[in-house]
Amino acid sequence: MTPIVSYKNITKAYGELEVLKEIDFDIYPGEKVALIGPSGSGKTTLARLLMTLEEPNSGTIEVEGKGLWHEEINGKLVKANGKHLREMRKSIGMVFQHFYLFPHMTVLKNVMEAPVTVLGLSKKKARLQAEEMLEKVGLGDKLDVYPAQLSGGQKQRVAIARALVMKPNIMLFDEPTSALDPELVGEVLEVIKEIALESDMTMLLITHEMDFAKEIADRVAFFNEGTIAEQGTPEEIFNHPKTPRLQTFLSRFNP
Amino acid sequence: MWNWDYAFSILPQILAALKITVSATFFGFLLALLLGLILSILIRADIKAVSLAVKGIVQFIRNTPLLVQLYFIFYVFPQFGITFKPFTAGILGLGIHYSTYLSEVFRSGIEAVPAGQWEVVKALNFSQPQAWTKIILPQVIPPIIPVIGNYLITMFKETPLLSAITLVEILQTAKIIGAGSFRYLEGFTIVGVVFFLLSYSSSQLIKKLEVRLGKSN
Repeated sequence: MTPIVSYKNITKAYGELEVLKEIDFDIYPGEKVALIGPSGSGKTTLARLLMTLEEPNSGTIEVEGKGLWHEEINGKLVKANGKHLREMRKSIGMVFQHFYLFPHMTVLKNVMEAPVTVLGLSKKKARLQAEEMLEKVGLGDKLDVYPAQLSGGQKQRVAIARALVMKPNIMLFDEPTSALDPELVGEVLEVIKEIALESDMTMLLITHEMDFAKEIADRVAFFNEGTIAEQGTPEEIFNHPKTPRLQTFLSRFNP
Repeated sequence: MWNWDYAFSILPQILAALKITVSATFFGFLLALLLGLILSILIRADIKAVSLAVKGIVQFIRNTPLLVQLYFIFYVFPQFGITFKPFTAGILGLGIHYSTYLSEVFRSGIEAVPAGQWEVVKALNFSQPQAWTKIILPQVIPPIIPVIGNYLITMFKETPLLSAITLVEILQTAKIIGAGSFRYLEGFTIVGVVFFLLSYSSSQLIKKLEVRLGKSN
């Protein structure tokens, strides 16, 4: 099977600090991949590169067989222009740690806006779609409420609905529950789990919720200091960790 | 001293000139808003040369008197073959001068929008113009309305400067009337009161708007 996302020899540095070191990483269509590891190990950067929020210093990323940051024109690799990036982004969606809802719009408008403005859907169609999606994440009764009146868990569920209505092939979840109060984590994980189980979307999930990763991931990759230190099935990673670094990391979650 | 009959007799003439003052303010401010927004966006440009050049121009205009700029537009430009009517020159002068202040207001408003908003519009694949019009500006504008309103009132009160480039606005009208009758008290008093009434009521309106916008957020 050909990968849907392929990182090849990716290095990303902020000044002197290398956050990703020559990473090779493939993700296959429909796969649910969990990225775990200590803060600052490069997990989030890996997702941000794919969402085109940041550019790698070296290496290439291919999405659905095409270069993300580079495109081939007459057999020559050239830096992608804005048009190419926009074309590529159609396949990718992202949910952020801090939700980033549009504060000036109601919940319904938050979810409708991109389909209308970006995809050119009719208002009627976008509305139906948004209502359906909000119903699915359990917020069918909050359509006309502004984000400021929602709890963190509700905000994140709106953000998930907003990303899903764009129908991406690849969804990135960047620590979707890390900014939430503990009692609100469950409702968000429940929604993500439901999506993971019922859709054939490719999902990349960055999380510190180990039980959750174990439950929904087909594959788990452990990041440490800018490299993938170990990867395998949840069974291999959580029950039979090989590297001492992963063993130490996991012991902090299961004392 | 004060003669009511005389005051009422010159009132219609002064109020007629108010049309010039108000429309110069209106169009001047419209230009200032548009140009100010464009300047603030250009200052954010990725191309360093553009950003620096625009910053330089803004600093230069901000730190020279409006009157000098008006003289340049009205008296110096014709030497280079660019001639404006007094009204047009006045709008240009006011608009350009105030756009530099407003660009600063827009800049602070734009910077107050959290960086995450820019990331999420990218993730949702908005184009730059779509992001600006649908997501960023609607968040920028409500909080800066009070400051913008203050600049509107300040500009309105500066319109008598336009008399220096021969525009017969309300102060100039009062002066002409005075020169004809040798009575200045009534004319200038009326001008002062008219400015006060319009400025004060506008500032009250802006306050109301501010409260309403505050509620919806």
